[in-house]
Amino acid sequence: MFGNILIWFVIIPVLMMAGLGLCRNSSMKAIRSIMVVGSTALLALAIWLCVDFLALRAGGNDAEMLYTGSWMWYAPLNIHLAVGVDGISVLMLMLSAIIVFAGTFASWKINPLPKNFFLWFALLSTGVFGFFISIDMFTMFMFYEVALIPMYLLIGVWGTGRKEYSAMKLTLMLMGGSAFLMLGLLGIYWHSAPAGGELTWNILEIARNNAVDPSWQGMLFVFTFVGFGVLGAMFPFHTWSPDGHACAPTAVSMLHAGVLMKLGGYGCFRIAIYLLPQAANELAWIFIILTGISVVYGAFSACVQTDLKYINAYSSVSHCGMVLFALLMLNQTAMTGAILQMLSHGLMTALFFALIGMIYGRTHTRDIRQMGGLMQIMPYLGVCYMIAGFASLGLPGLSGFVAEMTIFFGAWEDADFFHRAFVVAATCSIVITAVYILRVVGKLLLGPVHDDHHRQLTDATWFERLSTVTLIVCIAGIGCFPNWINETIQASFMPIVAAIQNAI
Amino acid sequence: MGITLPILILALPLFMFLLLGIGGVKMSRKVAGVLGILGMGTTMTLAYIVAFTYFFSGDAAFIVDGVRQQFQVFDVTWLAFTEKLVVNIGFLLDPISAMMLVVITTISFMVHLYSWGYMEHEGGFQRYYAFLSLFSFSMLGLVVATNIFQMYIFWELVGVSSFLLIGFFYRLPSAVAASKKAFIVTRFADLGFLLGILTLSYFTDTFNFVDMTSNPMQVLTQTGGATFLGASVLTWAMVLIFTGGMGKSAMLPLHIWLPDAMEGPTPVSALIHAATMVVAGVYLVARMFPVYCVVEASMTFITVVGAITAFYAAVVACTQVDIKRVLAFSTISQIAFMMVSLGVARDHMAGVHYSGLGYMAGMFHLFTHAMFKALLFLGAGALIHAVHSNDYTKMGGLRKYMPITHWTFLIGCLAIAGIPPFSGFFSKDEMLAAMFGNSWLWGAWMTMVAGLTAFYMFRLYYLIFWWEENPEYKHHRPHDAPWQMSLPLLILAAVSVVAGFIPFGTLVTWDGAPYHIHLETPVAVTSIIVAVAAIALATVMYRKKNPLPTKFKNAMPGLWQAAHRRFYWDEIYLFITRKIIFGIICTAIAWFDRHVIDATMDAFAKVTQKVSYSIRGLQSGNVQAYVLWYFFGAVALAAITWICLL
Repeated sequence: MFGNILIWFVIIPVLMMAGLGLCRNSSMKAIRSIMVVGSTALLALAIWLCVDFLALRAGGNDAEMLYTGSWMWYAPLNIHLAVGVDGISVLMLMLSAIIVFAGTFASWKINPLPKNFFLWFALLSTGVFGFFISIDMFTMFMFYEVALIPMYLLIGVWGTGRKEYSAMKLTLMLMGGSAFLMLGLLGIYWHSAPAGGELTWNILEIARNNAVDPSWQGMLFVFTFVGFGVLGAMFPFHTWSPDGHACAPTAVSMLHAGVLMKLGGYGCFRIAIYLLPQAANELAWIFIILTGISVVYGAFSACVQTDLKYINAYSSVSHCGMVLFALLMLNQTAMTGAILQMLSHGLMTALFFALIGMIYGRTHTRDIRQMGGLMQIMPYLGVCYMIAGFASLGLPGLSGFVAEMTIFFGAWEDADFFHRAFVVAATCSIVITAVYILRVVGKLLLGPVHDDHHRQLTDATWFERLSTVTLIVCIAGIGCFPNWINETIQASFMPIVAAIQNAI
Repeated sequence: MGITLPILILALPLFMFLLLGIGGVKMSRKVAGVLGILGMGTTMTLAYIVAFTYFFSGDAAFIVDGVRQQFQVFDVTWLAFTEKLVVNIGFLLDPISAMMLVVITTISFMVHLYSWGYMEHEGGFQRYYAFLSLFSFSMLGLVVATNIFQMYIFWELVGVSSFLLIGFFYRLPSAVAASKKAFIVTRFADLGFLLGILTLSYFTDTFNFVDMTSNPMQVLTQTGGATFLGASVLTWAMVLIFTGGMGKSAMLPLHIWLPDAMEGPTPVSALIHAATMVVAGVYLVARMFPVYCVVEASMTFITVVGAITAFYAAVVACTQVDIKRVLAFSTISQIAFMMVSLGVARDHMAGVHYSGLGYMAGMFHLFTHAMFKALLFLGAGALIHAVHSNDYTKMGGLRKYMPITHWTFLIGCLAIAGIPPFSGFFSKDEMLAAMFGNSWLWGAWMTMVAGLTAFYMFRLYYLIFWWEENPEYKHHRPHDAPWQMSLPLLILAAVSVVAGFIPFGTLVTWDGAPYHIHLETPVAVTSIIVAVAAIALATVMYRKKNPLPTKFKNAMPGLWQAAHRRFYWDEIYLFITRKIIFGIICTAIAWFDRHVIDATMDAFAKVTQKVSYSIRGLQSGNVQAYVLWYFFGAVALAAITWICLL
């Protein structure tokens, strides 16, 4: 079991938790070293996995999932700890590792109770990594819940503002989604094999059996899509996002917007679309309307916010709406774009939230009306914020452009009026995004200094620079050399697209 | 041709951007300036070598039987959307891209040199050179694009370079606002461009320019006669693509960003907002010209938009006070001239005598205009440098103090007014000939605009260099700029004098075959008479201080005021964005989100809580209450049993 590389993505965070448990609460040095060693190990593991995966694929191994392994967990219900990855999961693991790494440095001076903070932080990482390596629906769901619960404490204890309210709201809404999801997953399980066959939770087997009764598919699709969609901030279930992000501490916002929201999109195609392809073809239009609204609605809402975190939370509603929107186009190019958008949005929002945390830590306000001219005072952070902004509004050379263009060109392949109209509406978001990004950049960074007290503030420290540079390099890397990622994702979508095509 | 030189032309400015952008903080101003100038100088030399090789080497790859070929030096995959729709990054050499290489690198080098003097006392010198390099890289990438998507990529990059340079003085709120406006207006236009590319590539299954333009009829058949809202899909696609060009080239009604863009440093205005980036729209139409030719409606659209814009901008230019704003409106008007010239051009299928003349003339004017307009802007920079104001009321009588600036500015004015033998005359004359060839209406209309051009340019010239001396000169004597600034002025003035004699017809034509230019005597004579008359009128009105201008102004106050306020376009846009988009749409959506959707979610929580509270009393822990409830329950059960048994 320990010979499987994927298992180590869960073992390392667990070891980190054990190590943290042994630390004294006051020994900041020990806590930091455990976190740095652990997150570096995760990052190294993810890079190694990525390289090895590409080498295996190049060597002609075209199995749907690689590094598969399965261990019985609870025999009466046939639950396994089943793992395996395709190109998409590898990239998601990579994204998570990068953001855990950057998040560790972004919360270098967390206060109070650093030990407990990092304990929950590591538990959250366990859930995230576990989710991406699982191919057994039940295990997947378990890790999903493991990732959600620490959120409540992380926001409730270390947050700012109306933190108890926000933590409660976020947790309850996501739990509501989970309830739907559980129903959906159970439903799929009961239909997972043809009559007389052994029921299974394994995604690959269910897809191969393709036995879910068409009359049931519709309802199950709605359950699972809505269940995951809540986490993907789908209209109208997105309102946990602005409050939750606004109150969460920096690293938690980074991890939540950067990775956790991707769990939603990932689940949507891996379970809802892949396992229920007929329903996906029939019912996609409902969710195209909802996610299309998300895209435009989030962008317009962001235009009039005054709190930096609210702006980014609404911007996330718009960008994550784009992810689900693209997935629902059900063709290879658009779905590839969706994954690119997940990666791009993950990195860029993490960068945004890290920077907002750094700025807030200095000015003690997030209200853009009370700040101005920060570029003169902290040029490094200012430049990073502008780069994040440019990535968000889709400047070529940064990741957002690649993702959005792939989505638009993929979505345009559906030539009927309904799809075209929604795609045109979605493309409008590139203008609205430019409006709110430049509004913030203009108010926050440029122009004269608003508050003279801000003149004494200092620029970024070494750990803050490390955190931001890591993210910027990744954003620019995807933006300048997108094709290898694009090819990896496209290849991984083959079986899913084939399932959709067969179901028409 | 090997691929080393072309790659270096793109790589060198990009490298300079990264070097100066990241390492600039650690460099002294001198090192950064010298590095920037040397980098651009090298790029210019390389571009000249490439362009001259293309035009004059006679290599079979470049010219076959006197017809110039399109040559892709390299073309590598960047991103594959689908198997067919693949985005490449490449380097296309053909007459217009080779010409643009020369124009961009020349002006960019002049501006690099000039800025060394002009920006001497400004902060952020290193950053300035980094941004200039970024712009040069993006613009070069745009013109050598092998496919329309590559062009879109670099199109966005020039947009952001323009944003960064307009907002270079980022402490000033006006500069920040101007840069934001420029970016958003052009972004809006680029949305049209993107939709156009989406539509076009859906049918053609390729982004490649050569594939599309070598056989435009095939593009037409590929669309299969599909229509949308009464127009053919191809018309929609080509008009939408042109929308992108309208944004970048500041055509009505998307012109509003360009006058404000003058908030940037003046050398930047010369480079980006006069000579190179703003002609990207013209370049785009020229690039897709064969496809535009098969869609008559889109050509008419281009002509009409261009003709209206040219007249509008010329009228507004007559009433502006800020000298850079006058030049900005003049730029809009001249670019519109080129648009009309392309719009009236017809290829061989029309079979008329003027086939392809408009294309050649438009490109010719693009070249000469880049030179003399850069000259005028750099001259304006020297003036601003000397009197520390953009306002002509602070100038007057400067010819004695600043002779170099005066003579070079005069050459620029004569060139733009179309007086022979200056370069503007030749290109403008060819354009007018093409317009008359299409219809006397366009010819007459644009001749009128040419007259207005001569008038407002000489109005500006006289108000700066003649009129009445500003008494403040006694305290603060203006003088010519240092050599770094004067040298580019002299070089560009020399080019503006002789550029008209370049045999452009043998170099740049739409199909690569040489075109024999012959002066159309009636057209030339008419345009000279109109220009001279306009200059004479300007001389009468503005040579010496006199009440005539005020009289004119008072004779039609409404018109003058409207023109001075640019016919209220900015107010209209402000109303739409502030009041309607921000005030109504955004605010309403944000309110709806908090007070309807979020409130519904909260209401679920509240209802649950209410219900819990209301039944909480049942679990009071009070034994007497439990006994009482037990008693009532027992009685009720007994009663029910009794009723049932009955």
